Amino acid sequence: MSEERAQLLKGFTPKKLPREEYFGPGHRACQGCAPAVMLRHLLKVLGPNTVVATATGCAEIISSPYPQTAWKIPWIHSAFENAAATAAGIEAAYKALMRKKRIPKERIYVVSLAGDGGTADIGLQALSGALERGHDCIFICYDNEAYMNTGIQRSGLTPFGASTTTSPAGRIFKGQRTWKKDIAAIAAAHHIPYVATACVSYMKDMYAKMIKAADTRGPSFLHILAPCPTGWRCPPDMAIEIGRMAVQSGMFHLYEVENGVKRLTVKVKERIPVKEYIRAQGRFRHLTDEDIEEIQRRVDEEYERLLREAGEMA
Amino acid sequence: MGSKRVSLEVSEVCAEAVRLADVDVVAAYPITPQTHIAEVLSEMVADGVLDAEYINVESEHSAMSCCIGASAAGARSFTATSAQGLALMSEMLYIASGLRLPIVMALVTRTLSAPLSIWGDYSDIMSVRDCGWITLFAEDGQEVFDFTLQAFRIAEDERVLFPAMVCMDGFHLSHVLEPVDVISEEEARDFLPVYRPKYRLHPSDPVSMGCFAMPDYFSEIKKRQDEELKGSYPVILEVWREWEERFGRRYAPLMSYWVDDAEMILVIAGGYAGTARLAVEGMRKRGMKVGLVSWKLWRPFPLDDVREILGKAPLVLVVDRALSVGGAGGPIANEIRAAFYHEKVRPQVVSMVAGLSGRDVLQRDFEAMTKRAMELAERGEIPYYEMYGVRE
Repeated sequence: MSEERAQLLKGFTPKKLPREEYFGPGHRACQGCAPAVMLRHLLKVLGPNTVVATATGCAEIISSPYPQTAWKIPWIHSAFENAAATAAGIEAAYKALMRKKRIPKERIYVVSLAGDGGTADIGLQALSGALERGHDCIFICYDNEAYMNTGIQRSGLTPFGASTTTSPAGRIFKGQRTWKKDIAAIAAAHHIPYVATACVSYMKDMYAKMIKAADTRGPSFLHILAPCPTGWRCPPDMAIEIGRMAVQSGMFHLYEVENGVKRLTVKVKERIPVKEYIRAQGRFRHLTDEDIEEIQRRVDEEYERLLREAGEMA
Repeated sequence: MGSKRVSLEVSEVCAEAVRLADVDVVAAYPITPQTHIAEVLSEMVADGVLDAEYINVESEHSAMSCCIGASAAGARSFTATSAQGLALMSEMLYIASGLRLPIVMALVTRTLSAPLSIWGDYSDIMSVRDCGWITLFAEDGQEVFDFTLQAFRIAEDERVLFPAMVCMDGFHLSHVLEPVDVISEEEARDFLPVYRPKYRLHPSDPVSMGCFAMPDYFSEIKKRQDEELKGSYPVILEVWREWEERFGRRYAPLMSYWVDDAEMILVIAGGYAGTARLAVEGMRKRGMKVGLVSWKLWRPFPLDDVREILGKAPLVLVVDRALSVGGAGGPIANEIRAAFYHEKVRPQVVSMVAGLSGRDVLQRDFEAMTKRAMELAERGEIPYYEMYGVRE
């Protein structure tokens, strides 16, 4: 870790954050968009020697309406399912061109950026290929738990019970009928050097993980929960609070897997009931207390498993 | 050191041209009959005779995506595929062209499923006809070699900046041994200098690539793409002239034989043109005024050449190795028909579909199709198309 970055994490306060902005203001994100917050800070961590390949999706559509761009670093978008493959091609190009002395030898961070659908559904194959081949890239999944830019359709990372436009709460079915796919575990199963989950509501934890990902040689994968007030049906000024509740309730966990060793980075001493998290959002409003109890049971089980895996419980 | 004549399998010829182009990134996925190109290139990288990153991608979609990323970052990039692989990456072909990235691809042509068949025809290339790539049809191993090196030079020309693909018939061309004149490394470097992109993804000069366009810009961008792809035509001719001066081999968008006094011109693309040439030669000896066009440049479409050369005869027989299912004729035949629609004097165009999925089309078959075309024209009963040699 560079000295500058190490200093940043000591007594972490907002005023110590890098002042440079590489994800420009004036982009077209909705009010309260947490993925945009994540992007802004990602580029503060990585700095100007960064190139980003973005999948089609919210991050792309809010930032690049021709002839404008919010990106002050080199940036490319080509399609939906291939951010990882595009990034892999960029990384390979730099490797070859630096070896052949066509461009100066230096560290350039290559980032693959995709949403939950672009990572865990349509982009899973390209991601798996890139992780397996060991490209020196940072693969980021910003997870707002549905296909938001196309109008809130469910993805494999939409939580159980959430109502979306393709998993609607109807007379027979009560929203999403599947449980959230464990994309971080899938990434970790490729035995890459660094995998972590993060949430914009835990800024210092997210910064620490972004720094670790930057310092990793070889593939690193960050699964970042980034609430979407538009799709989650909550007030825009609640985005950060909702993210915190997701972690506090055990609906989302903050951990890292460094060289195969799993470690909880944020330990929740006293979990709040998932009901508090669920009742704060319109996407769950159709759920009954019994439905929420079922979710609570599942969350309890998963939390115990996580504690065991992270060596926090025998 | 100058050119030397070698005897190589045509897939190896293609790989040798790619090695001489000193590519930086190869991304490929195995599919029959393209595999030999991918295998030979990976051997070259493993042996250190080609200094490139070889990316063993998990699909053709990622092969083209990697090429897009690599080319955008300023690397000379290459891939090769066939049929289903081309279909899988077709989304990315349009994007490579739209982003104006000079990627080069070898397409070892093969039929599209179903039924599954590994054998050759042109249904794959015709399925991506409108993807905005410069497209060349090679007839023999020498053309595969020459076109592959030329493709990089044309694609990377600042007046062009389009991806380019070189098509060769699966098996019938890709897997045969042929004598080929191979130029030296010095000659290759001289003809094709190191790629110096005007724009590349690099922190020294940040650019955004692949922004989305709303309807108020989209049509203008597309119009420009179309005009500039057509604008590559003189550059292609210029590169071909230079190639002829350097190496003595001449190329034209439509290579024509015995057309000046022809009463009928037979048109075909790719390796089967060799057999067609023998057939036409035989018919000429028997006093029949038949000419031949071996099609080389498919995109940009050589409209003026088509009108000038095929307009010489009253009858044109087009043998397409692809079928427009439910459509009104072979794909090449229909483009020729369209090219002549507004001309005052225009030939009758007979469309024959033959040689699907690698079925042999022999000299006698070309003779039979010629006879049939003349009969149909004589009777004034030219159908949209006929499928030749099919069992009813």
